[in-house]
Amino acid sequence: MLAFTIRRAFQSLIVLLVVGLVAFSMFNFVGDPVDNMLGQERTGADIERLRTQLGLDQPFPVQYYRFLEGAVQGNFGISYRQGRPVSDVISERIAATLELAMVSAILAIVFGVALGVFTAIRRNGWAANIIMSLSLIGVSLPTFLIGILLIYLFAVELGWLPSFGRGETVDLGWWRTGLLTESGRKAIILPAITLGLYQMTLIMRLVRSEMLEVLRQDYIRFARARGLKDRSVYFRHALKNTLVPVITVTGMQLGSIIAFAIITETVFQWPGVGLLFINAIRFVDIPVMAAYLMLISVMFVSINLVVDLLYFAIDPRLRADRSGSGK
Amino acid sequence: MRGFSFTNTISRAWKSDFMWSFRRTPVAIVSFFVAMILILGAVFAPLFAPYNPFDPATLNLMNGFSQPMVPNQFTGDSFWLGADDQGRDVFSTILYGLRISLFVGFAAVAFAMVLGVTLGLVAGYVGGWIGALIMRIADVQLTFPGILVAMLVFGIAKGFTPIEQRDEMAIWVLVIAIGLSEWVQFARVVRGATMVEKNKEYVQAAHLNGRRPISIMVRHILPNVLGPVLVIATISLALAIIAEATLSFLGVGAPPTQPSLGTLIRIGQGFMFSGEWWILLFPAVTLLTLALSVNLLGDWLRDVLNPKLR
Repeated sequence: MLAFTIRRAFQSLIVLLVVGLVAFSMFNFVGDPVDNMLGQERTGADIERLRTQLGLDQPFPVQYYRFLEGAVQGNFGISYRQGRPVSDVISERIAATLELAMVSAILAIVFGVALGVFTAIRRNGWAANIIMSLSLIGVSLPTFLIGILLIYLFAVELGWLPSFGRGETVDLGWWRTGLLTESGRKAIILPAITLGLYQMTLIMRLVRSEMLEVLRQDYIRFARARGLKDRSVYFRHALKNTLVPVITVTGMQLGSIIAFAIITETVFQWPGVGLLFINAIRFVDIPVMAAYLMLISVMFVSINLVVDLLYFAIDPRLRADRSGSGK
Repeated sequence: MRGFSFTNTISRAWKSDFMWSFRRTPVAIVSFFVAMILILGAVFAPLFAPYNPFDPATLNLMNGFSQPMVPNQFTGDSFWLGADDQGRDVFSTILYGLRISLFVGFAAVAFAMVLGVTLGLVAGYVGGWIGALIMRIADVQLTFPGILVAMLVFGIAKGFTPIEQRDEMAIWVLVIAIGLSEWVQFARVVRGATMVEKNKEYVQAAHLNGRRPISIMVRHILPNVLGPVLVIATISLALAIIAEATLSFLGVGAPPTQPSLGTLIRIGQGFMFSGEWWILLFPAVTLLTLALSVNLLGDWLRDVLNPKLR
């Protein structure tokens, strides 16, 4: 277990170093930030002043060292577009993205597992068939179209829910949350559904196929033969044994949720880091792009690492195989 | 000598397993014809489109916001699918938008295919540290969703192009960005297939004949690994079309001067609240139909050509 952990952690570190190199190269070789910041009307003095201010007049190794030093401390310099430190810009927006991602993930897991179990138990029922066909269509719809569709239905036609923004937020000092006010809770419903829908269908289909597989096993038949109630058979015996792949896939999908938040945040003008990243791309704001890249890589790599270790810890068969004991 | 006859070839092709399965699968037939109609409509857009939406001379601002099939109250002009805010015919902009979407889709997949197949052949046949390096890069890239990679490449490439040329170059930048985000699938499959083929006798015979590795890879191994490549290409095409639409919708893709379906949806979204639904609805339905039909074709192709890939 220890050797496995160390090897996996080492691999993760290498991935992060590679991404760091990409981020640094972006800083140094892409475009001319001074050009991007000053626009058409500029004087030579303006250019010189800005170059010094951004540290672009230093030699390459000095810039490289500065980047590494800064990145470890969470300092990615000054946003070309907003003229403020990138760390400030990101930290005031990260709460919005994480909140949205968490709510979507919870929605996806709860409804995904519930619908998966339901469609597996009522395999040939009409409700299960409708749910399965809907999920097929849902998978082929691009995320942004789902968002637009929901806005049209619930904001434009019915007028029940807001179509953009976060509503009122409450500042808890270290976290600005929208979940404590009514307008904030209303505002998160549509974006969370949009973001979580794909993951929900994925989890649902996975739970369904795993359940169908497990329900065929002998121990389920014996559980029934012992006279156990259906509910007990389905949830205590069958569902429990489907959870290993479900946890793995769900864990991996957490990273995707944070990445796909970019699209959802743009559709709903949700003030998170995804919207920040899209605007950074549009205006070639390299420091923000690099910082976002590093941030999301750290999230991805640590999520993957945790999921791998969890997988290892949950499934006793894997441990037995690894250590070479048994059989 | 066996005679060659055109009708004979057609009839043999018609009776092949491939065509047999096609004729027996209504979903495949419908998807194929829908996709063909859309592709032909895009290719011959200048012939079919009633207006040229990018010729300022034919535009009349008075036609702005004309409803579908209803003659405009000022000019009396009528548009099948209505007109947008600048008086452009929505049907024509969709045809021209389809062109951009399909061009980016096909070009990006072609780029991804050439890159992925080449790297996959090298990784599988040559192996060694080059192969290991290629596969490690592929693994790292697979950690991130394709759309994120495409966005990042787009942002970086945009930084490289001078400001004046950004709009003109945007289409090519899109092709490269989406292509770079999709090569991994090709490389992995081709590498796997190459490693199997490599040990077969015909390859060893070619090797003993003194053929150079490049010639063995291209002339002997490549034709034998093309089946799965075709399947991945079709599925990638659907992904690429959706990726392009997503990027353009987010404002980091095709510019308003060369709108793709995604750009049209982005423009249309702004009119959703004021009741001009046709500017948004028709491009969205076109995109959906295109993506769905290509996807279903890909699924069918996968089942026919390579049941193992399921």
